Formats: sequence, structure tokens, C-alpha cells
Amino acid sequence: MHAGIIFFLVILGSILFHIFTPWYWTDIASNWKGMDDTITLTFWVGGGVFVAVCLFMIYCVFKYSYKEDRKAEYKPEDKKLEKILTVATTLGVAALLAPGLIIWNQYVNVPKNSIEIDVMAWQWGWQYRLPGNDGKLGTTKVVNINDDNPFGINLDDPFGRDDVMVQSDIINLENNRPVKILLRSVDVLHNWYVPQFRAKMDAVPGVVTYYWFEPNKVGEYEVLCAEYCGVGHYAMRGGVEVQDPNSYQEWLGEQETFSDLLAKQNKEIETKKVAKNNSNIEKVIYKEEK
Amino acid sequence: MSDEYENKSGYQAQSSEALTGSAGSTPDMDYVRPAELPEQDLYHGHTFLTKWVFCQDAKVIGVQYFLTAVFTGIVGLILSWLMRLQLGFPGLAGFITAEHYYQFVTMHGMIMVVYFLTALFLGGFGNYLIPLMVGARDMVFPYVNMLSFWMFFVAVAILMASFFVPGGPTGAGWTLYPPQTILEGTPGSGMGILLMLISLALFVIGFTMGGLNYMITVLQARTRGMTLMRMPLTVWGIFTATVLAMLAFPALLVSAIMMTLDKVIGTSFFMPTILKAGEVLEYGGGSPILFQHLFWFFGHPEVYIVALPAFGIVSDLISVHARKNIFGYRMMVWAIVGIGALSFFVWAHHMYVSGMNPWFGFFFATTTLIIAVPTAMKVYNWILTLWRGNIRINTVMLWCLGFIVTFVNGGITGIFLGNVSVDVPLSDTYFVVAHFHMVMGIAPVMVIMGAVYHWFPLITGRLLNETLGKWHFWATFLGAYSIYFPMHYLGFIGVPRRYYEMYDSPYMTSAVGMNEFISLAAFLVGAAQFILIFNIIKTLKTGKPAPKNPWKANSLEWHTSTQPPEHGNFGERLPVVHRWPYDFSVPGAKDDFIPQTTPPSEVVHTKVEKT
Repeated sequence: MHAGIIFFLVILGSILFHIFTPWYWTDIASNWKGMDDTITLTFWVGGGVFVAVCLFMIYCVFKYSYKEDRKAEYKPEDKKLEKILTVATTLGVAALLAPGLIIWNQYVNVPKNSIEIDVMAWQWGWQYRLPGNDGKLGTTKVVNINDDNPFGINLDDPFGRDDVMVQSDIINLENNRPVKILLRSVDVLHNWYVPQFRAKMDAVPGVVTYYWFEPNKVGEYEVLCAEYCGVGHYAMRGGVEVQDPNSYQEWLGEQETFSDLLAKQNKEIETKKVAKNNSNIEKVIYKEEK
Repeated sequence: MSDEYENKSGYQAQSSEALTGSAGSTPDMDYVRPAELPEQDLYHGHTFLTKWVFCQDAKVIGVQYFLTAVFTGIVGLILSWLMRLQLGFPGLAGFITAEHYYQFVTMHGMIMVVYFLTALFLGGFGNYLIPLMVGARDMVFPYVNMLSFWMFFVAVAILMASFFVPGGPTGAGWTLYPPQTILEGTPGSGMGILLMLISLALFVIGFTMGGLNYMITVLQARTRGMTLMRMPLTVWGIFTATVLAMLAFPALLVSAIMMTLDKVIGTSFFMPTILKAGEVLEYGGGSPILFQHLFWFFGHPEVYIVALPAFGIVSDLISVHARKNIFGYRMMVWAIVGIGALSFFVWAHHMYVSGMNPWFGFFFATTTLIIAVPTAMKVYNWILTLWRGNIRINTVMLWCLGFIVTFVNGGITGIFLGNVSVDVPLSDTYFVVAHFHMVMGIAPVMVIMGAVYHWFPLITGRLLNETLGKWHFWATFLGAYSIYFPMHYLGFIGVPRRYYEMYDSPYMTSAVGMNEFISLAAFLVGAAQFILIFNIIKTLKTGKPAPKNPWKANSLEWHTSTQPPEHGNFGERLPVVHRWPYDFSVPGAKDDFIPQTTPPSEVVHTKVEKT
């Protein structure tokens, strides 16, 4: 008897916990409300089945507890009942699957007007690259990456020259403009994940993966790495700042492009050469003094 | 040596005439076709070494598997305590660095899934129960069976050795995703991962030897009258799981071999061009996603390798203790077989956000949700077995009820994660951790515990203490439920898994209290297992002897010549089977059970529907 009561309290407690929980998803800040809605739908259908099955089980525990003089029913099969349950379950499952697939269809088809962002991941950090005025990102290669070319842009690719480089783990986004996140990694798996945007995808070394979303709430968000990437995984954070179009354009204008960087480097090489000459002269003097 | 082999061929030629002749029945009513093959010769060990160490008796091998698996399980349990110590009370135990934490996570996962659950269900219960339940004297290849256990033992020894090598065990996560698994930056990327891969390869080899035995024993060594559709569901579950394992483990073996080659001689099966610490490594052209496909082609059937034996065992336990036939036996059998077959078409639902071609998502979401239908049918049939039963609310039944609650809970959350676009926000969060612990951690463990209380009298001849058993159950069930039910909500917040600590992330601050609570519950659940250990020790010393067939069950393991059964199981003559094992509470019968060996002539006045 007490067993049935405890099981009942467990089920009741689960329902109450769900109603009164302070732990629930963060306020959504992207277009993926459909995901939240499908979760809610699945919660109602699935939760309903869970509660119904458990309550039926508890009912049986109360009603059919062992009595010496009672005999259980002997009925190996009930074709009709089994058929009804199969059909009902199939319909329920199909009803949950359909919205899931519809939203997935949206997820894999990126809107044409979305801005592409190259998210580059490594152990353990992020940096970002935006297309320049030509609207296209230059191609890259892992072997090109060095201090002078932090994104590994192919130097002979004309589209790469005007790319905007954000060598910071924080990226700014324009509110209400879809973004296509192009993920790449130079070493191991990573995953660029902002809980408020709901969406995520692994960054895989050797290939470029993608997903898209449309931020719709101005604010600052934390980026988490969601795919285990070694001992620094938990500390691999970044940031996103969603801005209104004006502030975004202002921010964008302040960023350095690849050609800016190349020009700066050329200057640096010049000055380095001068410095090298100077130091050679100093060495000569030093030798002579010796 | 020949004198040590006992020739039993003299016993096999029992024709139907010798067995019939009871009053009031026609002679051919009890007819069972004669045996086609002579009986197996058994090797009876005489020394301690051949009797208890290198033993060829499947029952002893089963116990050896069981105890070794339980040992690894205790190691896994201690690792989970250490993890929860860090997560609930960060910094309290200063010795747990991030490296250690990831090593604990990895070893806990691998141990629990492969070395504990798989070995326990198939090696432990499979070895002990298959020959007894199908009416065989032993497994068909007893020597290979013995080798199988010792291969497993060596695999466990190597796994445990990796705790003591320089750099420690691997900390790559139990999925061992390359490239990080074999690169610096992951703990144990030197010796640790090598030992893990070697241990896994040995496990697969050892398991293949055992698996051949389970399959062929079920197919070829059933006693007369034991048709496939008269087998207990336990045997169906273990048999189907073994078939899955034989098809799935090779994928693990090849991925382990390829990764070893990548690690040791620098091939690039899974390694693309990699830039590390400013230098390009000497790898190129490999595919990390290929490994994930291979791993989950093994990894998803692996879930069912654990679940199907649990399904089978719990069906038998519920039926025996509800004193009622299992509802819809044929549906249950086909559901087990169907789930097993479908489980090979769903693997990439672990990879929706892995970067594989996203169009795969449509296919794998559909197959995954299809598999929910036969699974749901099994759940309905369990509760319909309880319905109008005569349920003994004893410890065994409590574990079964606990299984139903946790399994349905975990199954429902599986529908969230299988439904591709719902998986996107939830994958890689604590929702996943909560889901798979509920459905393939807690639920199978509930069945294991129920099975231990159920078959303990068969194995040792003594009944476990019921009061202690109930305390053990409630502490474990309530504790485990309060660990994993709230944990789903951490996943909703978006807390990622495999985080050593959260720092001060805004979402996490609200969850600090919950993490402390979960950790306390985890300590309690772990400690509660000592009730069982105490109960076992106490029972072995002073427990009351069990009467023969204490639960009044029908299946053959309770109808052996002695209890516990001796080597050879059934004494002089193998049993002959006349019915399915679920004839409980048959109208018109004297007792509320009719053992499988009872010939129809003895129960002519009953209304037996299915035999």
C-alpha cells in the first residue's frame, strides 16, 4: 500500500516541480521560437503519456495487490487492444515528428539575405571574420595561418582582401538580420553556442559547417563551447553583442580589414629592416669595442 | 583425460512413449519430438583451478563476469562521486583539477556502458541464465566461453592499469572523438588512450567468443519442446542483444584499430590538417566525422545491447510476481526483434549537430521516432500485465515498478532528443546527460537489482532480507530520481555538459543550489548500494535457506535437479518442455502456476490458451 502512495507522490512531485520550477529556458533572442514550441508540444504529449502510464501502474498496485484467495486474469493476448494502442502511438509520434521536421527544413535552408560570418575556433578561443564591401568571404587554408595572416586567407583570392577581421572573442551582430555562421576549426571539434539563440553546430577541422539564425533582441550574450575540446573546454567562452543597425554600422566601420593589416605589416617590415640594420651596426660597434 | 568426460549420449533417446501414459489422457497428447543429436560431453574440473578459476561451467563463468563487472561498476560509482563533488561544491576538493575531472568523466562513462552494463547483462546474466532457461547442460563451446571471461578480465586489468601510467587515463570523453583524443591538450593523450584502445579491442575479441556461445546455444541447444516461441523473454532479450553486439562491436574494433594507427604510426584516418601551438602537424586528409559515424554505428546498438536484456528480464520478473501471464507475448518478441533491427538505422541521431550533411537529419529523425512505437508497445504490455494481476509487492516487484517509471521518463525525453530540431537547443547540454542516465543508467540498474533479488536464491540457495531490500530500493529509486529528474531543467537553461566549472555564467547562478542538491542525492544513492552488499554478506552467513522454486515460477531454471543447480544443470535427464513459461493463474489449475515441464495430460481440466 505504502509503495503505491510513494510512487504517486513521486509523480505528483514531478508535475509540481515542472509547474513551479525556477529553472527553465533563458528568454529566447532569435527566430527559433518554433523549437521552443515543439519542445512545449512534446512536453504536453510526452508528459501526458508519462503521467498516464504511471498513474495506471499505481492504480494496478492499489487495486491488484496480492490476496491469497484471488486469481489473476488469464488472457495471453488481446489483438484488438494491441492494435488500438499501436495505431494511437503511431499517430502521436507522427504528430510530434511533423513539426520537428518542418523546423529542421527551415534550419538547413539559409535565407538569401543573410550575412556570412566566419567563426574560427582553436584550443581555446574564437575569432571572427566578416565579408567586406564585395559581400564575399575570401577562401582560407589552415597552412596559411601565421602571425601575419591570422585567418589563413589565401593571398591570391581577390575576395579576401577586404574581409573584416575581428581578432577578439566578441562579435557584434545586427538586430533582425539573419546571419549564416560558417564554422571552422584549426585543431579539434568545437561548437559555437549561445543558449539564447537556441541554435548550435559543431566546428570540425577540415570542413566548413554552417547554421543560421536571426537575432531579434538587442543585448549582450555569452558564447559557450558546446563540444568537448580538451582540458580548456569549460573556459572557452566568447561573447555576442546584438546591436541596432546604426550602432552596428558604426562598430563595423571601426574594424580592421585584411588589406589594412597587410599594409600595416609592410610598414612593420620596413621598420624591422631599419631596426635590423641598426642592430647590425650596434653589433659591429660592440665587436669593435671588444 | 578421456575418463573426465562423461558420456551422456545414453540418455538422449527418450521417445515419447516413455514419457506418456498418465491416466486420463491420450498417448500422443504429451508427444514431444525426439532429440536429434546426442547430448554434449561436459568437462568436469577436479582441481580448484579448473573448478573455480579456469572453469568451463557457464554458471561459474556468469558469476565471474558478474563480480568483475560489479568491481568495475564500483570504480565507476566512485568516479561519479568525485565528479559530483566538483560540480556541486567546486573547489572543495582541491585535488580535482580540470584534467582529473575530465579523466573521471571519461572513465566513468566507458566503464559504466561497456565494462559494467554490457558485461553484466550479457556475460553475467547471459551465461548464468541462457543454458538453464533453454534447458541445456551448458553453453555449446564451454572452453571458448572460459577464454571469453579471461579475455574480459585482461581487458579490465589493462583499463584499470591506465589509471597508473604517466599522464593518467584518457580524458577524451567516453566517445573518444578525434582529433582531440590523441592530441596534447586532452588529458591522457599518451599512454592513457593507447591502453583504452587496447582494452576495448580485447573486450570486443573476448565478447565475440562469448557472443558466439550465447547465439548458438539459443539456436542449437534448446531442449526438446523448447520452441523459439516458448522461450522466456529474458532469453529473447539477451539473444537479440547478442546478435546486435556481434554486428555492432566490429565497428568499434575497426575504429579503435584505426585510431591506434593514427596515434602510433601517424596515419590520418581521422586526422585532417591541424594547426597546433603555431605549428602544422604531420596529419592531413582524414575525417573526424568518419569516426563519429563508426562510433555511433556501434554506439547506438550498444544502447539496445544494454536495454534489450533489461526488457526481457523485467518482463519475466513482472509476470512471475504479478502471478499473471505476460501480456501479448508475441508482440513482445517481435518488439524486441524489431527494436534490434531498427537500432542499426538510427545512429546519426547522436550527430544532428556534428557537422554531417544536415539533410541526414530528416532520415534519422524519422527512423528514431519509428523506434518509439515498438518501445511504447512494450511499456503498455508491462502495465497491462499488472492489470488484473495478483501483484506481490515485494522487493523484486518494487524494482520492476521503479524500472517502469524511470524507463518511461527516459523514453519520453528520448523523443525530445530524437526529434531533430528539438535536439538542436538541447544537445550537448545536461538534458542529454539526464536523459541517457535515466533511460540506460538507472532503468537497467533497476532491472539488475530486481534480477539480483529474484535469482539470488537460485544462485546461492538463500533468500535476501526483504526489509533491507526495501530500504535499498527506496533509497536508490528516490535518490536516483531526484538526481536526474531536475537535471533535465539544467539542460533547458542551456548548461553545457562536460564543463569542469561554470564560472559565473548568468544562467548558471540560478542552478548552483540545484547542483548541490544533485550532488548530495548522488552521494546518498551511491552509499545506499552498501545496503545490498551488507544484505548479501548477512544472507550468505545467516540468511534463511530458500525453498525450492521460492517464487513459484515456471521457467526451467527453477526446475533443476538441485538448487543451486550443479554442473550439467538438470541431473540425469534433460527436461522436456510442453508450454510457454507464463502459465500463471490458469483457470481450472490447482496451483496458480504450471511449470514449463508439466505435460498437458496432468492439466487436462484447465483452459490453457497458449502453449
